[in-house]
Amino acid sequence: MPSEYILEMKDIKKAFGSNVVLDDVNISIKAGETRALMGENGAGKSTLMKILGGIYSADSGTIYIDGNQVAINKVDDARQYGVSFIHQEITNISSMTIAENLFLGREPKNKLGLVDYKRMHRDARNALDALDLDMDTHSLIDGLSVAQQQMLEIARAVNENAKILIMDEPTASLSNSEVSNLFKQVARLKEKGVAIIYISHRMEETFLVCDTVTVLRDGKFIGTKNTKETNDNELISMMVGREFENMYGNERAIGGDTILEVKNLSSSYVKDVSFTLKKGEILGFSGLVGAGRTETALALFGIDQITSGEIWLDGKQVSIKCPQDAIKAGIALVPEERKVQGLFLSHTIATNLSFQVLSQFIQHLRVDKKKEKGIIDRYKKTLSIRMASVNQLVSELSGGNQQKIVISKWLAANPKVLILDEPTRGIDVGAKAEIYKLMSNLAKEGVSIIMISSELPEVINNSSRIVVMHEGQVAAILDPDKDEISQEIIMSYAV
Amino acid sequence: MLKQKEQNSQAAAEKGGIQAFSGYVWLRRNLASIIALMIMVVLLTFTTNSFMVSTNLISVTRQVCVNCFIAFGITCVLICGGIDLSVGSVVAAAGVIAVRMANSGMPVIFAVLVALIFGAIIGLFNGYVISHTTIPAFIVTLSVQISIRGVGYLLTGGLPAQCTNDAFNNLGTGSFLKIPIPVIIVIVTLVILYFIMSRTSFGRHVYATGGNIEAAKYAGVNTRSIQMRVFMMSGILAALAGVVLAARLYSGQPSVGEGFERDAIAASVLGGTSFNGGIGTLGGTVVGVLIIGVLNNGMNLLKINSYWQYVVKGIVILGAVYIDFMKKRKSLKK
Repeated sequence: MPSEYILEMKDIKKAFGSNVVLDDVNISIKAGETRALMGENGAGKSTLMKILGGIYSADSGTIYIDGNQVAINKVDDARQYGVSFIHQEITNISSMTIAENLFLGREPKNKLGLVDYKRMHRDARNALDALDLDMDTHSLIDGLSVAQQQMLEIARAVNENAKILIMDEPTASLSNSEVSNLFKQVARLKEKGVAIIYISHRMEETFLVCDTVTVLRDGKFIGTKNTKETNDNELISMMVGREFENMYGNERAIGGDTILEVKNLSSSYVKDVSFTLKKGEILGFSGLVGAGRTETALALFGIDQITSGEIWLDGKQVSIKCPQDAIKAGIALVPEERKVQGLFLSHTIATNLSFQVLSQFIQHLRVDKKKEKGIIDRYKKTLSIRMASVNQLVSELSGGNQQKIVISKWLAANPKVLILDEPTRGIDVGAKAEIYKLMSNLAKEGVSIIMISSELPEVINNSSRIVVMHEGQVAAILDPDKDEISQEIIMSYAV
Repeated sequence: MLKQKEQNSQAAAEKGGIQAFSGYVWLRRNLASIIALMIMVVLLTFTTNSFMVSTNLISVTRQVCVNCFIAFGITCVLICGGIDLSVGSVVAAAGVIAVRMANSGMPVIFAVLVALIFGAIIGLFNGYVISHTTIPAFIVTLSVQISIRGVGYLLTGGLPAQCTNDAFNNLGTGSFLKIPIPVIIVIVTLVILYFIMSRTSFGRHVYATGGNIEAAKYAGVNTRSIQMRVFMMSGILAALAGVVLAARLYSGQPSVGEGFERDAIAASVLGGTSFNGGIGTLGGTVVGVLIIGVLNNGMNLLKINSYWQYVVKGIVILGAVYIDFMKKRKSLKK
């Protein structure tokens, strides 16, 4: 019997060890429907989709496609049933060509069972033409932009005759025009009757693209709404489940005297960046991904070579050629990629915390254990880091606590300027609020903070002033005392 | 738009990928090493009287065959994102096994087959452990190298096993139409491997697994099976090298093959195989093997002290790879 729904997932359960990630989740979608899947990090969205895509298998529960119960145990099974998955991280193989990537895993073969390159390139050409994509099928993926690669993944889905297309945060690193191009393709697929499951954190997109929205929280199904009959606030409260009105500190940090002045700073990635940072303020940096925010920080911290410009710290000009210079001058950087750039994951909390100040307790081959413990205890208390002991491995901590470790590692070195690059990326709502509180307390104590963030509400609600960057240059510096500030205004400078 | 296309295909031409199998792209990619080889040949032709002599050339090709087999296997493993250090020991043990079997009066073909199966089992073991655990291939194959070395000695009680089977010895020493039989086996192997790597889905999945294992998994490639099969190939090829070497030496010697993985890795890398996986060609490896073979032969003919030969070889390899690195960095900056 043909079902009303093209896809039904019933009572899906999944646990990793003792951690229940999905608890009896149900979801049903009709053909041609675009469904948003929303929820905090760890709500189970990705896990649910990975089960549908054959990457994980569920502990229990059933999946029906077109009304028939199906068993999806591997990626190939999912594909057989018409499920295509566009992953958050682009999953093309950069050393292979466009055609080879499009047909990876199902290469066309000739009678001898050998790969038929001619047919592969011809079919790839047709698939690209169908989406009006002007790319050479012989090109390597290496040379393509993120947006082009994403289009390629859509081409793959279309080519596989996908009935159900899962898109995991497809717009995370696209520019506005690329996003609208993507939405055009989504609309086309929808017309063809493809059901689309769209995972995104961006509210606007949900309302723009999706017909319906399902919210998950802590692995549980919370509800499904028609996008026409709901609003931001309702969805957020469904997602967090608690009232989080007061996520940001009430008072804005007010700066004192200028502590850092950057004049016409240029590197390979940024040009003529000038701004000032006052003592005890939080200077927000906003802009699109790739606008040069992180690169400004990397130049200040001596990782990217400064080609011209001046840096004045505390009234004195400083020359920064390497991170050691920056640290000596009193600049600290909490980097974007916490796990890669910020922590020694396989070491203990103690080792990580004391790393930046070894000279304070190691002298002439002698390690002053007492002093080390003192330093660690101080930050343990002020940052309220939850841990079993300081000898616990950092890799065992949650994202929020890891971030606190990175921040305190630098605080131990008493920096004058603390640069936080995406301080709340991948951290859940509760821990976010704690990080915000921590930033505001630090500012009150006189630490001057530069906060780079892609989340507009975070920038707007935490910053004393906001620097907006665009294509490697400063597009605007907004001061709430003088300028009106809203997401729209910031975006107008950012694009 | 047209220009963009042009640039794209140019980028494709420069970087290679599987497309490097097409002749023009392959030539372009390996131009530096081919020129280096040619320069060496020309220099040796004019500085020595003994290089450009048919007996010497035949003996060089005979000598490089063993490294060819091993380097083919290593190239496939590197393309798949792995490394195989066990090959040298497999060469020795497989040689001993083949000689034992041949001496027992078994037909040569079966003796060879048993040795190859031995290589396959060792390779499969490597591949199984590497694909089913997170133990690095370096460690797994290093351990296997050590153990299998011991197996080789145990099989003969530490002594070389003389081979009394002339048909077997012919595999290493004989010729067909004046072409040494090992060379013929290399060419046949190369053709088969070329088809496997460039024209079968297995081949492309090897490239995909080495290029980006996560992406390959998400595309539905059974990466574990790919890894196991690639290591098995490497084991078989090392065993084949062992058979040919034993036949050439008229004996299975448990001590041979020490450090063979070094020359094979060097040849692969000289031939443009990426240590990060996903990139490489067997044709390039042949060029790499020839460079090392001619270098060894040339230094002997020039009577360079054998200790200095090591020094020179190391410098040549690092120098060649450094030039490649600079070339890549330049094209990236563009």
